[in-house]
Amino acid sequence: MEVLLAIVIGLLYAAGVYLLLRRSIVKLILGIMFFSHATNLLIFVAGGLHKGQPQFASDGLTAVSANPTDPLPQALILTAIVIGFGITAFFLALMYRFYQATGTEDLDELKEGENK
Amino acid sequence: MILPALPILIPLLTIIFLLFNFQRREWQPWIGLTGAMLQLVVSVLLALRVKSQGILVLNTGNWEAPFGITLVVDAFSSIMLVLAGIIAVSVSIYSIDAIDRQRQSFFYFPMVHGLLMGVNGAFVTGDIFNLYVWFEVMLTASFVLITLGGEKKQLNGAIKYVSINLVSSLFFLAGIGLLYGKTGTLNMADLALKLSLADNNVLMNTSAVLFFVAFSIKAAVFPFFFWLPASYHTPPVAITALFAGLLTKVGVYAMIRFYTLFFVQDKLFWHPLFLWIGGFTMVIGVLTAASQYDIRKILSFHIISQIGYMIMGLGIFTVAGIAGAIFYMAHNIIAKTNTFLVAGLINRVTGSYDLKKIGGLYKIRPWLSILFIIPAFGLAGIPPLSGFFGKLILISAGFNAGEYVISFIALAVGLFTLFSMVKIWNEAFWKPRPEGLSPYEGENENLPVSMVIPVVILGLITLTMGLAVKPILEIAMNAAGQLLDPKIYIQAVMGS
Repeated sequence: MEVLLAIVIGLLYAAGVYLLLRRSIVKLILGIMFFSHATNLLIFVAGGLHKGQPQFASDGLTAVSANPTDPLPQALILTAIVIGFGITAFFLALMYRFYQATGTEDLDELKEGENK
Repeated sequence: MILPALPILIPLLTIIFLLFNFQRREWQPWIGLTGAMLQLVVSVLLALRVKSQGILVLNTGNWEAPFGITLVVDAFSSIMLVLAGIIAVSVSIYSIDAIDRQRQSFFYFPMVHGLLMGVNGAFVTGDIFNLYVWFEVMLTASFVLITLGGEKKQLNGAIKYVSINLVSSLFFLAGIGLLYGKTGTLNMADLALKLSLADNNVLMNTSAVLFFVAFSIKAAVFPFFFWLPASYHTPPVAITALFAGLLTKVGVYAMIRFYTLFFVQDKLFWHPLFLWIGGFTMVIGVLTAASQYDIRKILSFHIISQIGYMIMGLGIFTVAGIAGAIFYMAHNIIAKTNTFLVAGLINRVTGSYDLKKIGGLYKIRPWLSILFIIPAFGLAGIPPLSGFFGKLILISAGFNAGEYVISFIALAVGLFTLFSMVKIWNEAFWKPRPEGLSPYEGENENLPVSMVIPVVILGLITLTMGLAVKPILEIAMNAAGQLLDPKIYIQAVMGS
């Protein structure tokens, strides 16, 4: 499972970088989304995957199983997803305003003279 | 002891008050100013408390140290909080007249305080994931501030600013994930403890490099600085001044914190790297500044150049080096913000930031030229202003540590900085006004008092820092001593 996820993470990062390097802003945003999903999965895998293990020992049980599942990475990912969601929404709105103001979504077309 | 949480809570309460009164535009600046002043008072109180009692720790929600989020204020954090407070007050006063009504009624002040909340949160937190969250709070507020108004050039700069900063946040997050996977903790003190006991520390370098890239992008360090000059000159100058004073320095703060507290095992790799990076940052920043003619662009490139000095202090890694970095950071936050505020005044008089279109300001506004000289020559390092002593401390620390190359580079860069400042001086104030230009827009108007007061205050601070070096250097030395002895920090957070 770890190996499979590692490959998926690698692919997501690769796709993210490829899209980030495109000139179109829409693709830039998609690239950042891929990046953030890859990072979330990375935290998930780094926290350790243990199938079917309990997270906490209940009151009566003293012995915790050998490999308890760590709930913290999930909490971190949840926070990161929420932040990523908000930021993506902002970025999409920004792109829309940019398109309205300039009539293009290609960053290179704006280079000359418009940067002053 | 709720004191360590107050630098976060006060901006939050200010935002709430501001939002309740958002239809009363004329109240907004005053509520904002009150919040900023409260924040300054609290940070000074905190600094005094830290000085008398040592490191202050607050376990939020009463969760014990490695499990809950801990807020920690040590000497270094308290210095940064006071500086943030000073900048908050000055920019709030300046904004009363400098920011137009439309921006003021569209949540300018709430966003400024959102940014301050993120900055203060980053300074007080003792938990790496929480640091990430504060970075995001700060960034989101800055995204809104940089796009507020929606002018074409602003949107153009904002796209670059937003995308590069998001990538850096994701690097930071990936670093946190890997570090958590290896150590099982997020608490900085606990991390320091675990990493000092672990035997296979080379593995930590994967996280350390990710953190390094993330903070380098935030701090605009070579080779990650390109977003800064592409975006900083686009928003109104009060916003740029706030960014220039605080945002990049939060990156430097995080870097100093991480690389003194827990990534200290692999010194042979990191410290020469810091020196190299610091050297390149200084030289490239200052050289690119020399070719610019827009005042704000010259100053933006100088932000980069001066970040190099702070990184150099971290690379020297002696008490004097780190103290030099802290002193330099304090000087730079004050002087840099001030130069941008003065640039705003110049723009108010002449209606332009382009050096080719202005001139002869000394004749019509002699006082303005004095207000410019203090921060500008402070940055260049002319005695008795604060920048001279900042550079002196750093360079002598470099020589004492045997790092001759970087020390000579730092000396040379000082000269080039002087060149840029003299260039602005010559072009804007000294040379006769270019012929064939219509009279300046604001030539016969008086400058608004609210825009002059903060410039005067910050100028006085630059002067005082130069004249009263000894006590301030002692504070910085004390903070550096604490940073270089992580045991004090660990003990304060984790208990014995």
